[in-house]
Amino acid sequence: MSEDTIKEITDFSGYKGVWVFAEQRDERLKNVGLELLSVGRRLADKLREELVAVLLGHKVEELADELSAYGADKVILVENELLKRYTVDAYVKALAELSLKYKPSILLIGGTLKGRELAPRLAARLGTGITSDCTDFDIDEEGYLVQIKPFGKLMAEILCRTRPQMATAKPNIFKKLEQDRSRKAAVIREEVKISPEEIHTKVIKVIEVTNNPYENIENAERIVAGGRGLGSKENFKLIYELADVVGAAVAGTRSVVDRGWLSANQQVGQSGKTVAPKLYIAVGISGGAYHTVGMQNSEVIVAINKDPNAPILQMATYGVVGDLFKIVPLLIEKLKRIQR
Amino acid sequence: MVPSKSLKIVVCIKQVPAVPDMKIDPATHTLVREGVPSILNPWDKIGVEEGIRLREKYGGEVTVITMGPPQAKEAVLECLAMGADKGIILSDSTFAGADTIATAYTLSMQIKKMIYDIIICGRLAMDAETGHVGPHLAELLGIPQICYVKRVDVDIDRERVIAHREVEEGVEIVEAPLPVLLTVMKGLNEPRLPTLKGVIGSRRKEIRVINSSELGGDMSKYGLKGSPTSMKKVFPPPLRKPKMILQGDPKEVVESLVQVLLREK
Ligand SMILES: Cc1cc2nc3c(=O)[nH]c(=O)nc-3n(C[C@H](O)[C@H](O)[C@H](O)COP(=O)(O)OP(=O)(O)OC[C@H]3O[C@@H](n4cnc5c(N)ncnc54)[C@H](O)[C@@H]3O)c2cc1C
Repeated sequence: MSEDTIKEITDFSGYKGVWVFAEQRDERLKNVGLELLSVGRRLADKLREELVAVLLGHKVEELADELSAYGADKVILVENELLKRYTVDAYVKALAELSLKYKPSILLIGGTLKGRELAPRLAARLGTGITSDCTDFDIDEEGYLVQIKPFGKLMAEILCRTRPQMATAKPNIFKKLEQDRSRKAAVIREEVKISPEEIHTKVIKVIEVTNNPYENIENAERIVAGGRGLGSKENFKLIYELADVVGAAVAGTRSVVDRGWLSANQQVGQSGKTVAPKLYIAVGISGGAYHTVGMQNSEVIVAINKDPNAPILQMATYGVVGDLFKIVPLLIEKLKRIQR
Repeated sequence: MVPSKSLKIVVCIKQVPAVPDMKIDPATHTLVREGVPSILNPWDKIGVEEGIRLREKYGGEVTVITMGPPQAKEAVLECLAMGADKGIILSDSTFAGADTIATAYTLSMQIKKMIYDIIICGRLAMDAETGHVGPHLAELLGIPQICYVKRVDVDIDRERVIAHREVEEGVEIVEAPLPVLLTVMKGLNEPRLPTLKGVIGSRRKEIRVINSSELGGDMSKYGLKGSPTSMKKVFPPPLRKPKMILQGDPKEVVESLVQVLLREK
């Protein structure tokens, strides 16, 4: 397909600015919004346009300072009792009205579960395109947003010929900027009329779950991850044992989650979580792009794989070629001895 | 007690390649599907199962619908063999190359002509994992959505759905009026295997194949032409150069690995 079919001659001059949706819960900002402000800053500077954070909630004005410290030029604030708790109906309505009024060129939304249901509904309402789970962004010569994500064994660049150009990105993909408390963004208050009848899907109750520490992979400093090379669920006790000696959480690939060897919130990669620990030990993992986009920012990567051509060995800081069933028990034993 | 109302259920399904790491044709930027077997997207199978269970409980009818090439009939037949009542395949070269927005538009044009109480989509399709089509479709139909559903109950007299859905902080119990669109998660149910009787019976069930002229609607919104997003190029993923490859005698390898790791700290 040629590029002219992608870019029709359409006048987008009315659309300006890079918007980031700043998700909050219980009056606390989610990290992913702050992370998106960092990449948003880079995009806005390249376009020479403004970086705007959109904040919805009730009594959340104070959070605007944090958003400016992390890079926003402007904060659009909508306070309404019906926005205190997230509902897809109220949040889509508010964001749609703001987008129609201000016409942003780019709208980035964190790829949390809520973000990933809110964004596509909003895109359909605005009649625009959307790309999910991007792993990087850039601006091309014509000022289009280049949306980058894995595709099969490769990476793809995706463009959108409508405005706003919408995309989601998962937590931990981008690094927050250093916070600068001297920055002061202009706060613009907006009103959005929402009536309780417009909230069709009503929340009756939330049952909170406390996380199993092994499964808290997004915040772990160390992670031991296992792949299909382990061969069975029982063999994962090796992974848990290694995790115990290094003080790590336990993660894995989609292949092992699909087989029920680990729980879904332990999956790392494109359709799982993105992690960036100090140490990531990949055991019996081949290292397909869909997995590595979720862990490539780890500081030190150790890979143990018997296939010298496994892609994971190409990207590891320390690649060990060998049978995991020999290497891992020896490693556990050795580390235990050192700790004693 | 005879329920006051039975449920018309529509399940959106997709046939996907069975293999996760697909080769890509560098010229057309499309997945090379030759020689790769196809399966019914596992999340959609859960959707079909849930549709059948709701019908078994409340009475009604389950229709599966897919947009895809003629081969998608295999996936539809599988759903009919499980126990769905009817199948619809939206198939036309005009629909090819659709992104999620164009796909949802196509599905919506057919579903708007139907009577429905519950629409079920998989939470994602295994091949691209966008999870967009469900929410797009709910918006285009102007009905509420409940995503990431792990349990469904219908209050048939009040015509409402009560669902448990997964969110970051745990489980949200939500309620919405019919008609509603649900996207379903793994763990909601264990899909049944088609029985021999089911397989034989499926051949007598109705499968309608609908092309773009029968579907009608705005032709500029279908397929590649109707897709706001498109792929500009593909490139190999960046490699991090390995610092060190350790191989040979396992004891020595572990010894060196521990040495270097201790130095990292
Ligand atoms: C849209 C989409 C999204 C996806 N999202 C994700 C995602 O979020 N996360 C994810 O992980 N994957 C994802 N995948 C799948 C991904 O592409 C890979 O297929 C998957 O990561 C492979 O898992 P694996 O490494 O466990 O298994 P395999 O690729 O089968 O690798 C197993 C490895 O173990 C090694 N091995 C076997 N036995 C031993 C032994 N005794 N000792 C040492 N090594 C051994 C083998 O050499 C091999 O390299 C996605 C795919 C698609 C299409």
